[in-house]
Amino acid sequence: MTVIDTAVLERHGIKPDEYERIQQLMGREPNLLELGLFSVMWSEHCSYKSSRVHLKTLPTSGPRVVQGPGENAGAVDIGDGLCAVFKIESHNHPSFIEPYQGAATGVGGIIRDIFTMGARPIALLNALRFGSLDTPLARRVFEGVVAGIGGYGNSIGIPTVGGEIVFDEMYAGNPLVNVLCLGIAHKDDIIKGAAKGTGNPVYYVGAKTGRDGIHGATMASAEFDEKSAEKRPAVQVGDPFMEKLLMEACLEVMKTGAVVGIQDMGAAGFTCSTSEMGSRGGVGMSVDVLNVPQRETGMTPYEIMLSESQERMLLVVERGREHEVEAVFEKWDLHAVKVGEVTEGTRLEIHERGTLVADVPNRALTDEAPVYNRPMEVPLWQKSVQEISAADLAATPSAQQAFDRLIAVPTIASKRWAYRQYDHTVGTNTIAQPGMSAAVVRVKGTSRGLAVSVDGNGRFCYLDPYQGAILVVAEASRNVACAGGEPIGATNNLNFGNPERPEIMWQIGEAVRGIGDACRALNVPITGGNVSLYNETDGRAIFPTPVLGVVGLLEDASKTVTRAFKTIGSAVVLLGDNLGEIGGSEYLATMHDLVAGRAPEINLKREAALQALIVKLIRDGCIESAHDCSEGGLAITLAECAFDTGGIGVSADVTAVGVAGTREAADSPLSTNATLFGESASRIVISCASRHLDAVMSAARDADVTAREIGRVGGETIRLSVNGQAAIESRVSDAESAWATAIETKMSRKAAS
Amino acid sequence: MKFAVVVFPGSNSDYDAFYAASHVVGEQAELVWHKDTDLKGADAVILPGGFAHGDYLRTGAIARFSPIMAAVKSFADRGGPVLGICNGFQVLLEAGLLPGAMVRNDRIKFVSKLVPIRVEQTDTPFTAACFSKQMLSLPIAHGEGNYYAPPDQLDEIEKNRQVIFRYASPSGELGAEWNPNGSLNSIAGICNRQRNVVGLMPHPERASELALGSADGRVVLASVVKAIAAQVPSPKSQVPV
Repeated sequence: MTVIDTAVLERHGIKPDEYERIQQLMGREPNLLELGLFSVMWSEHCSYKSSRVHLKTLPTSGPRVVQGPGENAGAVDIGDGLCAVFKIESHNHPSFIEPYQGAATGVGGIIRDIFTMGARPIALLNALRFGSLDTPLARRVFEGVVAGIGGYGNSIGIPTVGGEIVFDEMYAGNPLVNVLCLGIAHKDDIIKGAAKGTGNPVYYVGAKTGRDGIHGATMASAEFDEKSAEKRPAVQVGDPFMEKLLMEACLEVMKTGAVVGIQDMGAAGFTCSTSEMGSRGGVGMSVDVLNVPQRETGMTPYEIMLSESQERMLLVVERGREHEVEAVFEKWDLHAVKVGEVTEGTRLEIHERGTLVADVPNRALTDEAPVYNRPMEVPLWQKSVQEISAADLAATPSAQQAFDRLIAVPTIASKRWAYRQYDHTVGTNTIAQPGMSAAVVRVKGTSRGLAVSVDGNGRFCYLDPYQGAILVVAEASRNVACAGGEPIGATNNLNFGNPERPEIMWQIGEAVRGIGDACRALNVPITGGNVSLYNETDGRAIFPTPVLGVVGLLEDASKTVTRAFKTIGSAVVLLGDNLGEIGGSEYLATMHDLVAGRAPEINLKREAALQALIVKLIRDGCIESAHDCSEGGLAITLAECAFDTGGIGVSADVTAVGVAGTREAADSPLSTNATLFGESASRIVISCASRHLDAVMSAARDADVTAREIGRVGGETIRLSVNGQAAIESRVSDAESAWATAIETKMSRKAAS
Repeated sequence: MKFAVVVFPGSNSDYDAFYAASHVVGEQAELVWHKDTDLKGADAVILPGGFAHGDYLRTGAIARFSPIMAAVKSFADRGGPVLGICNGFQVLLEAGLLPGAMVRNDRIKFVSKLVPIRVEQTDTPFTAACFSKQMLSLPIAHGEGNYYAPPDQLDEIEKNRQVIFRYASPSGELGAEWNPNGSLNSIAGICNRQRNVVGLMPHPERASELALGSADGRVVLASVVKAIAAQVPSPKSQVPV
């Protein structure tokens, strides 16, 4: 028998004080198998031990919330007895080690979370971060991740309808792959991951268990170094066809009413599903690993319990109705195997051929996992990065130069290279195509639609994690509102560095505080999410990157609008205040290679008023297009409104504003650029027919939202002036071609190494 | 009339075809499981898109062994209209109901976008309501849609006017830049010699409502409704004894 010494503990990522706690909870020393169970369940990935104290502060309730955090996914009521079931999840670490499979299995995992709830998945979105596309490594990771997302989602037939992609060297060694899945369920059909009923059989169904992914959750809870490539066997391989069979069979088997509880085997596999289902239901579970279908020979109980083989589910079935369940799985050529049963008490008992090999109180693995209130400290550099010195901005480019560069920066450029590899039309629900800000899918059988957006902004969060997180919530929510959706629920994915470092922990704490304040002010409850920490390579952390996924409800899906201008001669109106804030902007990053300054100010009351206004204007059919101002500021926003219109241009004049926080003269070149490229929050560019202009302006006045007519749709150019001074003039076709082809141009450049 | 939509375990556009036939075109439709052996009295059969059996080997390669395929074959032999969309087209090729084969897209990657296609022939049940050279804007979403046939076979297909749809510019010109996957002769869809079996890579069922960006595809299913109505007697699929 293996002696549990320091080396063994270290290999399992268990700290000495945690080991003491394990012994206390067990009342004895654990054996190696039991230690393995603790190591995966107490990993950061499964236990949220560093983030839990902060996550508890988030608003999670509201009149529409049917299921908040704690289950496989959250659910909100969308009327007619239906629920939107959704959640976001990361697969960051595996996607760096093995981009295709890492991303593919990330998609597979979140899809299982949704259908496990009894919902049919109808849409996928993703938020991705990579290093600069000028490096072969980033191109390889980007290429593999996109192919993996497509390879899985396309096969299973769930459309990938939207998302966002950002390129920045800060993610070179730690790409982010966050995937959101949205499903629809009848409220009464929602099923939970709790075991109940002593004597009820426990079934295993799906792919056989292999040695892949052992300790995947532990891997996701550690930093990377040059040896990370050796961890490749800890990345699982996906089988979307198996998942398709599982999805259809599970949705069908749930209709029999014979399923008591169900959970997928994701991170920490069989260990997680057995212990969580038991502890949620307040019961015990007894299983025999001998009954677990195995793909390889000679697997030990340790390997079987810790495997993260994909596409596996655990079901608790009502005793006496086994045949109904088995019949459905047989129909789909899946073999459901009884692996154990629900027991009295609260212990997880694992047998090997009848011999008890592990016996653990299941709550010890789940609810009793350690919770750390880790020390937080403001980083020493925090203040200094918020300052921009005049010397940094010495050579101010002309607005035209800046526009020409920014329009083709990969973060701003069209993401069609990626989304054309995603089937976005399967399911015949996709109303707003990818690339149109928020994605919009209709809900068949109703007039309703759901708008969904995922957003993050690592730069703002780096400059000010609290303010940055507020800006992220506001942007995701605003994007949904710009498609006409009233935001009704959110899911968050927290991507950060090593929480054991106080300055990273401070970023986490501040960001969660910001998310909470913003969600409360905008009335958007958080119904679930995911935390990915240790996104560091060789001691360098990513930008703090909370990603928010917001779901909005349209009562009449046909009313939705996109960013694209519709009619020549329509009025262009800017809602919100242009404040000339260039801190953390794409302009600074691209033109001055600078991530500095203060994150833009935001007044959440005004933001809420703006979002309510845009939802109302769209519902009333007053406007033809709406587009949130974000990366690249007003100039890029206006240009994007002219894209995908068949070449319809725009001419607009905006009032010069000084550079926020400086004494820069309002007519200086830098002020012009701050006016055009600053990324102030709470702004939306809309277009409307002249006959609706009065109604729009008066609705804005009533809502106390600043509204200015800044120009007209028409011509073949994007012509922007500041205080009447010409600043930018580009043919739509030229600008659009630069924007549309920027990423494919970089990707077609054959990597030299 | 009644459509049968065959459901292979990895079909993923089965419900989309069912929805288009029933809710959009307004006809009867029934989903038929691939292990079934009869077509439930349908007047027309749709083999939908997807990845019939995972298709890790070759798209559509295993589906031809599904029990329902015997019924589809005999229905086709009797002149019944059969439409294969995307993976359904691939299945028809593998089953020998249509000539030629599919290989990997020439640009290797999966491609998902709206493309213009030109209707070449109107004397099939699935183009009967089209006019010649009509342009349709339909989505494609496939990784293996690069149509191939050996030169002799291709000549024969062209000679027999079996090419039903071609990828083209919005105004109808052919050219490599309008061919999204490298298909020979810009072929997007073909029919059999008897002209009752049609396969195409684009998805008409996904473009049957304006809300989805294009309603051009509706004419494909509307065509078969027209063709069935004009036909006496109907080649109704028979329930086996």
